[in-house]
Amino acid sequence: MSDLKITGLHKYYGSFHAVKGIDLEVPSGEFTVLVGPSGCGKSTLLRTIAGLEEASEGTVEIGNKDVTWARPRDRDIAMVFQNYALYPYMDVFENIAFGLRARKFATAEIDKRVNNAAEMLGIGPLLKRLPRELSGGQRQRVAIGRAIVRDARLFLFDEPLSNLDAQLRDDMRVEIKRLHQDLGRTMIYVTHDQIEAMTLADRIVLLRDGRIEQLGSPLDLFERPANLFVASFLGSPKMNFIPATLDGNTAVLSDGNKLALVGKRQGKAKQPVILGIRPQHVALSGKTAAIGHAQVKVTVELVQPTGSRVQVAFPLGGKSVVAELESRDVSKPGEKISIDIDMARAIVIDPQTEKVI
Amino acid sequence: MKSLPFHRRKDVRLAFRYLIACLLVVIFVFPVYWLFIISFKTPDEIFAFPPVWYPKSIQFSNYFVLFKDGDAKTVLNSLILASVSTFFAMILGTMAAYSLVRFKTGGENLAVWIISQRMMPPVAIVFPVFLLYVFFGWVDTFFGLILLYTAFNLPYVIWMMRGYIEDIPLELEESALVDGCSRWEVLWKVVMPMARSGLFATAVFTFVFAWNEFLFALVLTRTEVTTYTVQVTHYFGGQSNFWAKIAAMSVLGTIPVFIAVATMQRYLVRGISMGAVKG
Ligand SMILES: Nc1ncnc2c1ncn2[C@@H]1O[C@H](COP(=O)(O)OP(=O)(O)OP(=O)(O)O)[C@@H](O)[C@H]1O
Ligand SMILES: [Mg+2]
Repeated sequence: MSDLKITGLHKYYGSFHAVKGIDLEVPSGEFTVLVGPSGCGKSTLLRTIAGLEEASEGTVEIGNKDVTWARPRDRDIAMVFQNYALYPYMDVFENIAFGLRARKFATAEIDKRVNNAAEMLGIGPLLKRLPRELSGGQRQRVAIGRAIVRDARLFLFDEPLSNLDAQLRDDMRVEIKRLHQDLGRTMIYVTHDQIEAMTLADRIVLLRDGRIEQLGSPLDLFERPANLFVASFLGSPKMNFIPATLDGNTAVLSDGNKLALVGKRQGKAKQPVILGIRPQHVALSGKTAAIGHAQVKVTVELVQPTGSRVQVAFPLGGKSVVAELESRDVSKPGEKISIDIDMARAIVIDPQTEKVI
Repeated sequence: MKSLPFHRRKDVRLAFRYLIACLLVVIFVFPVYWLFIISFKTPDEIFAFPPVWYPKSIQFSNYFVLFKDGDAKTVLNSLILASVSTFFAMILGTMAAYSLVRFKTGGENLAVWIISQRMMPPVAIVFPVFLLYVFFGWVDTFFGLILLYTAFNLPYVIWMMRGYIEDIPLELEESALVDGCSRWEVLWKVVMPMARSGLFATAVFTFVFAWNEFLFALVLTRTEVTTYTVQVTHYFGGQSNFWAKIAAMSVLGTIPVFIAVATMQRYLVRGISMGAVKG
C-alpha cells in the first residue's frame, strides 16, 4: 500500500515553472528523501503535498484518498519546519499539545501523548519552559515532538536540521533515523545535504530544475547513477570525471593511459566519453592487480588528511583526480605511487546526452 | 584652583544631571498638578492672589456638583463611545490587515488607498456627514458616533496592524494550518497572540483618538450622548468661565486615558516575537 501518490504534478508561480511534472509513489513506512541543489523545487513539492501550495496540474493522493484540493488540516499530515515554527508565547508543553488541542483531544489523552513524546525526545524536564529559553537543538526537538504526537499518516520535514551546527546536526540525524525506526511511519524529508540524504533515506528522490533526475536507494544512486548530474551530486569528495576515447573495451585517456573497462558498454568505437571514477574506488596498488582493476602510475600533487583517510590529488588524463586512500599510504606531495582503479564500479558517460552508457 | 579627583568630578556631573532632570519634570508636571489642584479648591482659592500653591483643605464639592447635575455622565458616554468603537475598529481592522498581508487583497494599491482616507481633514466632510445622519436619524445616538469613530479609526488600525502582521513568520501560521486550524483559528490563536503588543498599542491610540474627538461630537450630538469634550466647552461662558468645573471635568476626562496608557505600557514597548524562529 502506498501512503502518498503524486501523478503528473506541475506547479507554476505566475509564469515561473517550479515543478515540471512529478510522478512519485511512496510506500507505507518508507523514509523518502527529496534532495537536489538549491531552487530545484524540493520545498515547493513538499509544500504542495502538505497543501500549503496549490497544485497547478496533477493530483496528490494521501492514503489512497485524492487530497489535491483538500485543506492542509484534512490531509492527515504532520510537518516540521526549518525554523522550528514554535509559538513564543506558549511553553513547550502547549507547543507540543497545539495540534491535539486544535483537534479537540481529551485532556487526559493530550497529557499522555505529550509526555510520551517528550520522553522519547529527551525533553521531559523542559515542558514548562518557553521556546526562547531553549537551545537550537532543544527547539528542534520540540518541533519534532509537535509533529509526532499527532500520529499522522505522513510526516513531512523541510530541512529541519539546517539551522543547527555540524555536531548537533549529526546527533539529530541519528535521532530522526531512530524515530523513524520506532514509529514506522512514512516520512518525506527535504534536504540539500547529500550526506543527510545518504544516511537517512530508504529511497532518494534526486531533483533538478523541477524534475526527478533519478530515484532509488542511496546505494543505487551512488553506485549506478543514471547521468552525469546524479553522479556529480552524490558522494564526497566528488566523483572524478576524466575525458577519454573508447577503443573497443578500453578507455584511452589524453595522456595515453589505457584503462580496460569491465562489462559490456554500448559505446561506438572511437567515441569520446567521460569516465567517472569515485575517489573511494581508487586504492594503492598491491603486489598484483586485482581482477577488473586498472593499474596506473601517478605523481602526487596534493595531500589532504581527514583523519583515518587521506585525500590525494594527482594529474591523470589531463585532469586533477582525487583519490581517497588509507592515511598511511601517502605522506607528501611529489611522491610517485601506483594506484588501482576499480573499473567495475567506474561509469562511462556520453558527453552529448550526459547519460551513463 | 586644583581640579577635583576623577571620581569626585563624576559625582558632580551626576548631581548636575539630576538637577536638570528634576527641573524638566517640574516644568512638565506643574500644569497637570495645577489643573488637579484647582479641581479641589474653593472658588476663593482659585482666584486668590498670590496663588494658593496647595489648598488648606481638599474640597470635593466641585466633583459633587458634576455628579449631581449629571455632567459626569458625559465621561461615561465618552467611555462607551471610545471603548465600543475601538473594539470594532480593532476587530475589523485586524481582519482587513490580515487579508491585505496574506491574500494580497487589492494588491499594493488598496493598502495605500486605505491609509489615504486618513489624510483627509475631517472638517471637510462634517457637513455631508451631518446631512446624512439627519436623513438616517442617527444624530445624537450612540450608534451614529460609534459608527463614525469606527470608520475613522479603521484606516489607522489597518495600516498599523498590517506592519505587525507582516512581521509574523509565515511558518507559524502554516504550522498551525497543518496541525488542524482553520484560517479563522489561525487568526485567533496565532496572529492575535503574536501581534499582541502591536494590537494593544494600536488599541490605545485608537481609544485616545475617539476619547479626544471633538468636532463630530459637537456637530452630531445634542443632549442624549454629549461627550465630555463637548461638555467641557459648555463651561467657557460669555462673561465668566467655570474654572472649578473645567478643572474637575478635565481630571475626570484624563483618568481613563491615564489608566489605559498605564496598563498597556508594557505592551507599548515590548516586542513579542522573540524566540519564534531561530535566535
Ligand atoms: N512564492 C513563490 N513565488 C515565486 N517563485 C517561487 C516561490 N516559491 C519558490 N519559488 C521559486 O521556485 C523555485 C523552487 O523553489 P523551492 O523553494 O522549492 O526550492 P528548494 O529546492 O526548496 O531550494 P532550497 O534548497 O534553497 O530551499 C525557485 O526557483 C524559487 O525561486
Ligand atoms: Mg527549500
